[in-house]
Amino acid sequence: MTGSLLITGGRVIDPASRGDGQADVLIRDGRIEAVGTGLVDEDAVRFDATGKIVAPGFIDMHVHLREPGIEHAETIETGARAAAAGGFTTICCMPNTAPVNDSATVTSYIVQRAREMACVNVLPIGAITKGSLGAELAAIGSMCEAGIVAISDDGRPVMNARVMRRAMELARAFDIPVIDHCEDLDLSAGGDMHEGPESVRLGLRGIPSASEDVMVARDLLLAELTGARFHVAHLSTLRSVAMVAFAKTRGLRVSCEVTPHHFAITDRELETYDSNYKMKPPLRCQHDVDAVVEGIVNGVVDAIATDHAPHPGSEKMQEFERCPFGITGLETALGLALAELIHKDRISLIRLVELFTTGPANILKLDRGTLAVGAPADVTVFDLHTEWAYDVQQSFSKSRNSPFNGRRFRGGPLATIVGGEIVWNRE
Amino acid sequence: MAAKISGLLDIESLDRTEIEAILARAHFFQPAEGETFRRLDALRGKMIVNLFFEASTRTRVSFEIAAKRVGADTVSIAAQGSSVSKGESLVDTLNTLVAMRPNAIVMRHAASGAPHFLARHMQIPIVNAGDGTHEHPTQALLDARTILDQRPTLEGLRVAIIGDIAHSRVARSNVHLLSKFAADIVLCGPPSLLPRELEQLAPGVRLAYEMTEAIRDADVIMMLRVQLERQHEAPMSAGEYFRFYGLRLEHLALAKPDVIVMHPGPINRGRELSSEVADSQRSVILNQVENGIAVRMAVLERILGERL
Repeated sequence: MTGSLLITGGRVIDPASRGDGQADVLIRDGRIEAVGTGLVDEDAVRFDATGKIVAPGFIDMHVHLREPGIEHAETIETGARAAAAGGFTTICCMPNTAPVNDSATVTSYIVQRAREMACVNVLPIGAITKGSLGAELAAIGSMCEAGIVAISDDGRPVMNARVMRRAMELARAFDIPVIDHCEDLDLSAGGDMHEGPESVRLGLRGIPSASEDVMVARDLLLAELTGARFHVAHLSTLRSVAMVAFAKTRGLRVSCEVTPHHFAITDRELETYDSNYKMKPPLRCQHDVDAVVEGIVNGVVDAIATDHAPHPGSEKMQEFERCPFGITGLETALGLALAELIHKDRISLIRLVELFTTGPANILKLDRGTLAVGAPADVTVFDLHTEWAYDVQQSFSKSRNSPFNGRRFRGGPLATIVGGEIVWNRE
Repeated sequence: MAAKISGLLDIESLDRTEIEAILARAHFFQPAEGETFRRLDALRGKMIVNLFFEASTRTRVSFEIAAKRVGADTVSIAAQGSSVSKGESLVDTLNTLVAMRPNAIVMRHAASGAPHFLARHMQIPIVNAGDGTHEHPTQALLDARTILDQRPTLEGLRVAIIGDIAHSRVARSNVHLLSKFAADIVLCGPPSLLPRELEQLAPGVRLAYEMTEAIRDADVIMMLRVQLERQHEAPMSAGEYFRFYGLRLEHLALAKPDVIVMHPGPINRGRELSSEVADSQRSVILNQVENGIAVRMAVLERILGERL
């Protein structure tokens, strides 16, 4: 956008420059013009951020927008609005649409629709294999030219190790990361929740931790073999955290993300058979949650991503075992992160902002997630004390499948600025 | 916010006093030798819908007789032949039935938690007649009633539950009930049907992979049916299963002399127990069937009867 915006008096936290202090941020023509104290621009629109935190725009590298093909659950427009209300200025959409984003045609369609309809930046992720069927490689090179930032067969992981190897080799050539939803489908087949004392008690079929762990192990070995950049989606188990940590010490180009629900709640929540607690990977037990939080604290975890997975009410209002996997998450992510990581004194604020900004930006090699002069003017304003409750009926998403309806939060997003324009404001 | 409607969803959330009250009332309903069940009109004018989404003869008939004996009207629906097969969702089916103003719904469903899910959305008492591989509360109550016909108390009894524990709602309900009365419970079966986490299901539970270990000094042996329809992978062969986990007469010598043998039915002779055991003096399998009616009368009366 043209014109200027001056954000005044906030606490500016910019992990890219390790900056943390009171400053003004001046935006001009959609770019960061200056960050400093006492900035003046007579023509600028002013945004008073006194008492608030001003950070680079948050990036969610794992969302499902359901367009094209499943628009009754979500569209690029509604998903983007939910993202803005969650403080996200950039979201990456997974390819499991109908049709699957496995060609430049679908990629271009998403890019075009996003340009017309989305109030935040939408970056597509392409499929690894045609139709995400795990057999033939998708048109990875053409999709890169059309604008994908990574490849993944999220939700339908590539079971054939040879196919995965070839995909990693190609991804290395095109310099994009391979993102894997690590799940051995034979081990998890038929499972509805984490396998453990709770699944045995509730009489629900279990998904063992090992179904995630064996795939993380396989992929790490393939990443070493191919030299590819490999990213573990929604890491959820103690052993997977340990394996990623080990791979990093060996110098592999490996990264990982965790979701807010995997560090905030456990499989104890399932006892109501509420399908809003049903997702993959499943909510794990306390020692896994502790390991995930520890991974965030000690730096093994690179990013927080929501795995926002909208499903219409009719699909979630069924017997537990018939309900689809997945929950929405864009609007509650920051509130949960503050509750579990900041208010419990687990990490610093700059580390938190890093997990939402430079973390994903570095994985995807984006020129975003920073307040450096000249960077795109994506800014997230939030605070640590505003009391609010999440009302899923007020969600911008088309779907309502959140387990956090009614949950009270302390602190959360206040305003979202994309390319210098305020696209969402809590007031 | 509407008042909380209480049905009977599981044993786990019942307390000991509640269970004792039901068992005592069931004792009152037990017929004397050679007689049939007494008939009450405690629930006159009440309508109970038996909604069975999963094939069942004995449990459905037992609930029907029990409801009639306490004076209620009943309608039984086998959901296979209903609108369910036309694609109607569970919630819509229930809403439709609730609109016809029954006083309670007795339901069996193949999905664990289905009655719990419905109970959160319906303002009507729901009695769980078996949900998937989760619980079968009235079965545990009738089993306890049957044991108490033979023993003065459940406390300290050694109970061996043998068979396909992983897929058994009967086992789960019995473990919860027996544990609340401080029984000593041994669960026994092949490893794939006996997940280790069962040990944490309730206090007083331990696991055994060998029959002889489970049966030694037992007061009660509960055999379970092998639920082939719920197993999703290659099961043990029938011959192998009976050889290592089938109950035969020679096993009974290891147990207490007055041990009783139970089975929730339907029994598979030669699969999980031998014909000789099923027909032996130690078997109380038919007493269980009879007590099913008495216990269900007590449950329905408790849920729907006038409480002063």
